[in-house]
Amino acid sequence: MTQEKPQSVIVVEGLTKRFSHVQAVDHLSFEVHAGEIFGLVGPDGAGKTTTLRMLAGILPPDEGTARVAEFDVVREPDNAKRNLSYMAQRFGLYEDLTVEENIRFYADLFGVTRREREERSTSLLQAAGMREFRRRLAGKLSGGMKQKLALVCALIHRPKVILLDEPTTGVDPVSRRDFWRILYDLALQGVTILTSTAYLDEAERCHRVALLHQGKLLFCDTPAHLKAKLGKSVLSITASDSHGLRAELENASGVSSLVVTGDGVHIVVDAASRIPELKARLNKASLPFSAIRQVTPTLEDLFVDAVDTGASSHV
Amino acid sequence: MSYTRFLAVARKELVHILRDSRGLVIVLIMPVVLLILFGYGVNLDFKGLPVYVYDREGSQQSQNFLKRFQSSEYFDVVRVVNSYPALTASLDDGHAKMGIVIPWDFSQRLGERRPVHVQALVDGTDDNTANVLIGYAQAVVQNYSSDIQLDWLRSRGQIAQPALVSIETRTWYNEDLESSAFIVPGVLALVMSVIGAFLTSLTIAREWERGTMEQLISTPVTPFEIMLGKLAPYFVIGMLDVTVCALIAIYWFDVPFRGSFGALLFSSALFLIVVLSLGFYVSVIAKSQLAASQMSLLATFLPAFLLSGFLFSIEQMPVVLQWITRVIPARYYVSVLKKIFLKGTPVASLYSDLVPLSLFALVVAVLATTSFHKRLG
Amino acid sequence: MSEADNAVSIEKLVKRFGDFVAVNAINLEVRKGEVFGFLGPNGAGKSTTIRMLCGLLTPTSGGARVAGYDVSRQPESVRQNIGYMSQKFSLYNDLTVIENLRLFAGLYGVPASLLQQRIDWALDMANLKGREHLITATLPGGWKQRLALGCAVLHQPPIIFLDEPTSGVDPISRRRFWDLIHHMAEEGVTVFVTTHYMEEAEYCNRLALIFRGAIAAVGTPSELKRKSMKGELLSVECEALGKAAEILQSAPGVMDAAVFGRALHLVVRDATAAIPQLEKHLVDHGLGTVLIEKIQPSLEDVFVSLTSAADSGKVWES
Repeated sequence: MTQEKPQSVIVVEGLTKRFSHVQAVDHLSFEVHAGEIFGLVGPDGAGKTTTLRMLAGILPPDEGTARVAEFDVVREPDNAKRNLSYMAQRFGLYEDLTVEENIRFYADLFGVTRREREERSTSLLQAAGMREFRRRLAGKLSGGMKQKLALVCALIHRPKVILLDEPTTGVDPVSRRDFWRILYDLALQGVTILTSTAYLDEAERCHRVALLHQGKLLFCDTPAHLKAKLGKSVLSITASDSHGLRAELENASGVSSLVVTGDGVHIVVDAASRIPELKARLNKASLPFSAIRQVTPTLEDLFVDAVDTGASSHV
Repeated sequence: MSYTRFLAVARKELVHILRDSRGLVIVLIMPVVLLILFGYGVNLDFKGLPVYVYDREGSQQSQNFLKRFQSSEYFDVVRVVNSYPALTASLDDGHAKMGIVIPWDFSQRLGERRPVHVQALVDGTDDNTANVLIGYAQAVVQNYSSDIQLDWLRSRGQIAQPALVSIETRTWYNEDLESSAFIVPGVLALVMSVIGAFLTSLTIAREWERGTMEQLISTPVTPFEIMLGKLAPYFVIGMLDVTVCALIAIYWFDVPFRGSFGALLFSSALFLIVVLSLGFYVSVIAKSQLAASQMSLLATFLPAFLLSGFLFSIEQMPVVLQWITRVIPARYYVSVLKKIFLKGTPVASLYSDLVPLSLFALVVAVLATTSFHKRLG
Repeated sequence: MSEADNAVSIEKLVKRFGDFVAVNAINLEVRKGEVFGFLGPNGAGKSTTIRMLCGLLTPTSGGARVAGYDVSRQPESVRQNIGYMSQKFSLYNDLTVIENLRLFAGLYGVPASLLQQRIDWALDMANLKGREHLITATLPGGWKQRLALGCAVLHQPPIIFLDEPTSGVDPISRRRFWDLIHHMAEEGVTVFVTTHYMEEAEYCNRLALIFRGAIAAVGTPSELKRKSMKGELLSVECEALGKAAEILQSAPGVMDAAVFGRALHLVVRDATAAIPQLEKHLVDHGLGTVLIEKIQPSLEDVFVSLTSAADSGKVWES
């Protein structure tokens, strides 16, 4: 089967935004393919929300272009808005309106006919397990349900692109897993999803990620590729005297970073072949340990390494 | 413009209003409370003002003189005291607004055709009332004086009536000079200001504060649709309140209504457009609901209260303030209301008020429309 | 483990707000010098529990002892012996760094003789020496966080309570912060942290997973992954992920199947036995090139395993 070049549904080039003295987004460029779940990842202040707002057409950029679903979102925001959905961080739900009323409101704004709205809302609410909550006030729903309702409202007009701003912050793990199941189903059906998160572990669920730091792009690739490109190995050592281990290994040769965890230490070394060397060293220092294991690097390891060494790559 | 989108926003706004218990209270109860407060609570009438008397003579003649005061509807001779200190005390503690001292040689002097001086002590802390009291008292005394002279002339055989000039007054429009009749129509302006400006000023600010505005502007709805949709329910409620308040004024407070109901609705609609647009504008520029509510009250309620002529007559204000009232839309509305209720002026003759009001409506509406952008920052 | 070794002991602690039970009869012990994590999503009862432990909220029933004092009967003594860093920090944004430090030193009653020494220590720890006169609002998140920590420990309490201390902060600042925490623990301070961020829990010596007001499990991170996970975790990579997910959902021995990135995560009873079986199963259904391997569960997997009922995988239409 030939690999066709995936079609780009979102194309961002040189996107820039300044707020008084802060460079919120600094010449950001990336592409999102059809049917992909793309993650904008970074801590607070990295520029995720600002980027999403620019792509949603509600915040004009200072420089750069952004095309979403074939429309230039800066010059033709209203055309672009018809084909996309934006789910803001605070969900955009009206607490004193019922589930039904919220859905109807957004459906009307997007010109969804009554018949279509009724069909779609029934099936969407069914899939979300919220059929019985139709008449409940949105303010009385639990956090996980509000999130699902916000998603229903975002999907009612069959958008081609969905922009989600930190949709799972603070939500319990079961609801988060359900939410991601929904996103995967949508992606399989060709919907393009751009989501942002501050949780590096959640970023691993995306098909591709762009790691942002202070408005700049650090990396953009699949999590697997990024980890393979790290070029270093990550080891986990289980021991009771983490502090002693730290003192001993912090400056050992080949060790580029060390973090004390609850039950040992987590270190980044230049190669896994260092393991016997490290074992010998610990034995010599009479520091007991129960295991040294090579583990898969996490995106956090990548992030820290990149910022520490000042390295980054553009894809 | 999409009718569906406009309706969606209007419907949502109406649901918000109906489900917000505090807002509902304002919309339903406040107009009635204001009417009652101003209809009953504020009484600018000068009737039955309490008077204490120190009659040092206590003769038939002094009694006749005092009866003049008693029979006047402006005075109510409450008590007779026996000493001067008692009289001054009554003024000090507010029991009397005026104290009259009749000299011990009242009738003697009259009989000898010497001038008699009756002393009147007036509570001047409220100078409006004091001036009026002095005026009335002088009128009573003048009447008594001229009657005595006439009697004397007649007793001398000069029956011919000397020419006397008297004034025949007819009070038009508000025959009983009931202050409620002139205050109550003005209350409508207050009610409209609160509903039209105060409540609407919260609407945009609230959506920003709650985070729903961000989502709203990411949809295809246009700023004009948002504005119309948000203001439409308040317009309807405002017109309903005008009708209800007018009915209360007419049937409960017996305020006469001589004009056309159509004129009332037309001018109210114009004024509503002004305050609604103002409220919307405030909501757009204020950063929070708190700021929005304060700004809207300052911009509409306060001027309507102090400078519209509703309570304090414009003609008696210093000239500078009179000029300022020309830029207060409520002034024109209050003026129109009084003309419609009390004078029955036909619409065509209301142009001196309606034209400025229309101008205001146009300017503020344009201001509001152009102020709202679907943009952050 | 005697009573005296416990910095915090909680017994049948309950807090009700009207009909809503926020904290449902929890029992817990935290040893001195431990870094203890209270892990759970928003609304699970973490903040409510911490507030009761700090003497800020009265329990409905049950009790707790902190630093040897009863939280219901001796809240003032409790407060003198703890440091508390609240969610989103409790600094005054319009004060400078040094003004905040002096304020908190005053509020915690740091004696005048120790004042300068403690403030210098805090500035040093937070890496804010030379930056005393910056307005707090202008500080980046990581610095504010360290300043807040400094302010909370000026009086050198034996126990500190941190409520979601690293929300939204970048990974590097977060690591530095945890470094500080570990340094303090080395010196014998007991640290009680709440967080909803599963990965952060890895920094704790011991954890309690809390959900809907009740404790689901207690143990070290490794213990929890080993013992509290129902089954073992496999990662499956192949083409046609959607089809594979459907097939495997009902395969024998598979307790749960969910997409994760470009792979499938399966929960099976026995990994070693399952791998060859599942490979064959997929090939039989026409899916070639399959890569299956056993992976370490994350704390999130553990949490989900403890708190969810099996679900039936409803499909969402686009």
